[in-house]
Amino acid sequence: MTVSDAHRAIDAVWRIESARLIAGLARIVGDVGAAEDLAQDALVAALERWPESGVPDNPGAWLMATAKHRAIDLLRRRSLLQRKHEQLGHELADRQESAVPDLDAALDDHVGDDLLRLMFTACHPVLSTDARVALTLRLVGGLTTEEIARAYLVPASTVAQRIVRAKRTLAEAGIPFEVPRGAELAARLSSVLEVIYLVFNEGYAATAGDDWMRPALCEDALRLGRILAGLAPEEPEVHGLVALMEIQASRSRARLGPSGEPVLLLDQNRARWDQLLIRRGLEALRRAEALGGREGSYALQAAIAACHARAHVAEDTDWERIAALYAALARTEPSPVVELNRAVALSMAFGPAAGLELVDELRSEPALRTYHLLPAVRGDLLDRLGRWREARTEFERAAALTRNAREREVLTQRAVECARREADALRVPAPAGPEA
Amino acid sequence: MRFLIIRKADTSTEAGVAPTEELIAAMGRYNEEMVKAGVMLSGDGLQPTSKGARVKFSGGQPRVIDGPFTEAKELVAGFSILQVNSKEEAIEWVKRWPQIDGGGEVEIEIRQLYELEDFGPSEAIDRMREVGFAKPR
Repeated sequence: MTVSDAHRAIDAVWRIESARLIAGLARIVGDVGAAEDLAQDALVAALERWPESGVPDNPGAWLMATAKHRAIDLLRRRSLLQRKHEQLGHELADRQESAVPDLDAALDDHVGDDLLRLMFTACHPVLSTDARVALTLRLVGGLTTEEIARAYLVPASTVAQRIVRAKRTLAEAGIPFEVPRGAELAARLSSVLEVIYLVFNEGYAATAGDDWMRPALCEDALRLGRILAGLAPEEPEVHGLVALMEIQASRSRARLGPSGEPVLLLDQNRARWDQLLIRRGLEALRRAEALGGREGSYALQAAIAACHARAHVAEDTDWERIAALYAALARTEPSPVVELNRAVALSMAFGPAAGLELVDELRSEPALRTYHLLPAVRGDLLDRLGRWREARTEFERAAALTRNAREREVLTQRAVECARREADALRVPAPAGPEA
Repeated sequence: MRFLIIRKADTSTEAGVAPTEELIAAMGRYNEEMVKAGVMLSGDGLQPTSKGARVKFSGGQPRVIDGPFTEAKELVAGFSILQVNSKEEAIEWVKRWPQIDGGGEVEIEIRQLYELEDFGPSEAIDRMREVGFAKPR
């Protein structure tokens, strides 16, 4: 095989095997930084040998066997060998190098636990968000530094530094390689879910013309979410997050118009929604709810997305249910933006006056003072109620607040339409009096 | 990227021979590996062509032909859809197919699905043609 063919094959093997490799090594040496270095050494060895010898039948085992020898050297240098020998004794004693499948079998029991430990460690709250994202994509996602850099539109050196600093922070803080227990688990799990959803949103925000690694982040996030669902199947919010991402991803083909402009949910061609992903999302949501996670934040957001997904046309949308779900979400995670969304749902379900009542209350919310969607929504509701002068003011305010040129155009256009409707209404002649 | 993985038929699958417990277990473990890796989107086995049909269009007119069909190795016995980063990754997964399937003699085909990126630009070009912009050079 040519060297470049071999490299592409090795890249593919790396994506499949690297997370488990690093996780297994981290358990042996107790440190993810050192584990990744050992894994990288094994990768270098593969890049040297495999173009000649071909990709081995069990590449994961080859990499692990190669890395383990260096792991032992490392431990010897750290004078921890005596203690570790006892742990590894049954795996290594009297085994030949060729008994690779046996080593693999010994590790298999631990694979799931190790990978979970790796995810929790890479998402540790002692790290900044940027560091957690970079470390997770690198160690668990198997992305290269260059791939992460392209996806986030930063130089590769920035990503490399972020990862080096993150590993150092973990080592200096003495973060143990373990799955958190008890009271700590919920918060730590939240951190992992947050990282995964941040990656997804970064990909979701990508527009046409961006480097394709950017929208590919949605796929990477989905993959990480599904991996976590397999490792922690009893956690409802994991399935909730996966459900949310599957359903949001199902719309990706409908979200952009012919010249790359964004298409609003209610205007999308639903024939372009990916039914396979919708089915998967609904199934994941069922799992979340079956585990008692109906009121979880991600599960509720997924349930809202599911309402849209179930409607074959926009007119079939169950807005009452959506309004109720936003109400539940507001109880779990009170937020003015959630309330604004609830107002929109109320107006769709019960008419604009119902939504306006809530929106009027939100005008005093400091958090929404510069949020352009508040006047935009108020403008829309007033427009539908025939209060065009007020609606025009709101749309002009919204247009001034938004930083998106295309949105400003749309909002300005609505202000103009309101002005026209007001003028037309004033021109209608008064009804004839009794003298006529 | 998504890939369709096609498990070609053979005389056994066409005869509706039930898979052994061993094969069921092996395929189960294999599929579970891919599910746990977050790459398997869906998959199913197909019943023999004796239960199927074809609709052949000729001059725009359909004609129904009932199975079974011949040339087993050109037929499909099962499929799955994988979401991976490259064709090489799809190949690497398929290389891990249970070796006992088909008594160690089985053919799997890998086909990439069309994605949004494949259609995006051409839609814009079509749109431009509509309004008379794009001219051949």
